[in-house]
Amino acid sequence: MADRLLTFSIFRYNPTTPEIPPRMQEYQLEETMGMSLFIALNRLREELDPSLMFDFVCRAAICGSCAMLINGRPGLACKTLTQDMPGKITLMPLPVFKLVGDLSVDTGVWFRYLNVRTEAWIHTGKVFNPKGIEERMDNPTAQAIYDAERCIECGCCIGACATANMRADFMGAALLNRIARFMIDPRDERPMAQYFDVVGTDEGVFGCIGLMACDDLCPMEIPLQGQLAFVRRKMAQMALKCARCK
Amino acid sequence: MNWSDAHISDVLVIGAGLAGERVAIEAAMHGHRVTILSLVPPRRSHSTAAQGGMQAALGNVAEGYGDNPTIHFEDTVKGSDWGCDQEVARLFCERAPVAVRQMSRWGVPWSRVVPGKRTLPDGAEIEDLQEKAGLIAQRQFGGTAKWRTCFASDGTGHVLQYAMDSVVVKLGVTVHDRCEAISLIHHGETCFGAVVIDLRTGELRPYLAKATVIATGGYGRIFGTSTNAVINEGTGMAIAQDTGLVPLGNMEAVQFHPTGIVPANILVTEGCRGDGGYLLDKNLHRFMPDYEPVKKEIASRDVVSRWMLHHIRQGYGVDSPYGPHLWLDIRHLGPEHICTDLREVHTICKNFLGIDCVEALIPVRPTQHYSMGGVRTNKDGEVYGLKGLFAAGEAACWDLHGFNRLGGNSLAETIVAGMVVGERVADFVQEQSLSFPFSLVEDAMAAQAQRLADLRSRKNGAEDAFALRHRMEETLTQNVGIFRNHDALQEAVTTLQGLYERAQNVRLRSSGLGPNPELLAALRLPGMLRLALCISFGALKRTESRGSHYREDYPRRDDDNWLKRTLAYWKPGAPMPDLQYEPVKITELPPGSRGYGEMPIEAGD
Repeated sequence: MADRLLTFSIFRYNPTTPEIPPRMQEYQLEETMGMSLFIALNRLREELDPSLMFDFVCRAAICGSCAMLINGRPGLACKTLTQDMPGKITLMPLPVFKLVGDLSVDTGVWFRYLNVRTEAWIHTGKVFNPKGIEERMDNPTAQAIYDAERCIECGCCIGACATANMRADFMGAALLNRIARFMIDPRDERPMAQYFDVVGTDEGVFGCIGLMACDDLCPMEIPLQGQLAFVRRKMAQMALKCARCK
Repeated sequence: MNWSDAHISDVLVIGAGLAGERVAIEAAMHGHRVTILSLVPPRRSHSTAAQGGMQAALGNVAEGYGDNPTIHFEDTVKGSDWGCDQEVARLFCERAPVAVRQMSRWGVPWSRVVPGKRTLPDGAEIEDLQEKAGLIAQRQFGGTAKWRTCFASDGTGHVLQYAMDSVVVKLGVTVHDRCEAISLIHHGETCFGAVVIDLRTGELRPYLAKATVIATGGYGRIFGTSTNAVINEGTGMAIAQDTGLVPLGNMEAVQFHPTGIVPANILVTEGCRGDGGYLLDKNLHRFMPDYEPVKKEIASRDVVSRWMLHHIRQGYGVDSPYGPHLWLDIRHLGPEHICTDLREVHTICKNFLGIDCVEALIPVRPTQHYSMGGVRTNKDGEVYGLKGLFAAGEAACWDLHGFNRLGGNSLAETIVAGMVVGERVADFVQEQSLSFPFSLVEDAMAAQAQRLADLRSRKNGAEDAFALRHRMEETLTQNVGIFRNHDALQEAVTTLQGLYERAQNVRLRSSGLGPNPELLAALRLPGMLRLALCISFGALKRTESRGSHYREDYPRRDDDNWLKRTLAYWKPGAPMPDLQYEPVKITELPPGSRGYGEMPIEAGD
């Protein structure tokens, strides 16, 4: 195994030199024991091509920076081991997001925009009293919020999503999961109707066409299928209630 | 330069981790215009990697009943080996509970108290009372008299950062991500902002503000072998010191965390040991009680790391292709506990070791983790030497941690310091108007543009940025680690001096155009080497052992001569730092016994 010579085929494009068209570039590297794509890409940069752009931060699969298409499937490069891959590895930037260069995409601006659009923060009218003790919460509720809160906004579910690839305004599983998180949080005082305006639409939960690649590919293994179903159910109940009112 | 590129605000915060965002929120809530710069989207900051928790004396759990800020204060001072500023430690401990509760209001899903009796791994029986049901739960961490560390499973930093950033988003605070401050703009003794390189385009822009805040975290990556994220290169500390006016405090105080996994150097939380995990050697013997009969695995990090390395040196390490290591055993905590309260540890072991830590031992070794040193500030976060410049969090030497930080005190520091420094920043910009000579900004921009142009034109010598950097990493790891002595430190200083000289002659192999990674590596290298020299030279000169700074040739604390803080200045053009010292403020607790780590380890054993 350790004797393999790996071939990397990597997407290259630097927007600051538009005269050089996008292309696939090949590199070869000797595999080492326990080699991850984090190790491999850094070696490629330092030894073969110091202009190669890619993003890593934590290199521990907890920050979400290094999502890319690895042999066609969205995944985190830092936790992908070459021993689990064939001898030829194709790396492409994640689709949907704006390209920064080579394998680097702009997820930050995308997520900030959608966090603003969905008002992804606790809505409460209560004023914080620094002298008081905390409000109580039962531990299962805290754990359920944590389950959803584990999302690292890596963008794998967005890159993998057929709807997000077809329509730019679809918020995708990451944001719908985030909304589910606020729906079950007793500290958030938003009435369901307020959520309906944001996510009871085609840009929101009704844009999902049910292919569930998000659920298959989430590196945090968040049960996105269940989370989307939860939001859809809440929105459907809300729609029925409104229909009855009328 | 083009003046339409200039970006002006009341407050410029460099760094969007927990400390930076908390300062920004405080200033924004006071009505000031705030801009945050960040290398990466804020939610990718290294703060998110903190796992185990945040200390605050709430006294909510059985083993924490009766806790209060005074006990937290005493733990912190003992942990620091009397190196911390006691006024700061007192202020911090009093406000930490407020910080935890405010984060709860902002959405953090803290784990909660479940009342009832249970048996701990050591056989002790405890009972959490009904009256505390649903309050914020707390776990045990090292070097503490009470269970005090608030947590959300073992993803505490992640949930804190997401809650904090949700408030930044809600308040509409401007965030410019993929931006790096490469030089401060200052005139006389006043700071006016920073020259910034856009990491999307490689272009320069000036950011001007009444107050500039450095919250860029630590420098772990200069060690190469570190638990830190790859963005932790100490850039904020380096640009502050580069003004020639700002000292870095106690740079020789470097924390090594006992449990980095081997070989990936990824952290697994102190909560593993706090919750009852053991350290085992190659004979599967639990060795820590031999060295620390009272605190065992949960003495402070400096002490545990030292004994681990000592034990390895005695020949009890487990051999591996990546060098010797020890085992962390959490199997007896059971699958339910591991898959809830230590869930991210379980995932990390699966992803990076290919093991299930419910059934398997975890290979660990002490690994560079945290910088107690940093940009020296007063208790309000005002940086020594430059008006209008502030610092908070790991980048700062506020000096809460002295020579050893307690686990759980860094997350707490980011938020409490964010509150305290944010309040001071808000008052400061209220009193100030922004007034600067245009030529000052133009000159600062021109100087940085020249640095970039020189690198891009490749007219320097033939040095390779990556090669020099690796040499620096090796030097620090080999010579400036847990056990230090005169000869190794002197060798490190000499080597690093040579590297610093050579770093002026880096020649790019690539074009350097756009956001070119080689260009950025070359830009950062001299600053990283200055930090490396401050650490090594400070360690060479400090002829005592205190906290994480352990000298085999001076194995005891020397309060008569060394109850003082190192201040490392770097005069413009100088080849070496200029070390000065200031006394450590003792207001409440005079130097005494820590209650652990008393047994000295003699040289050469």
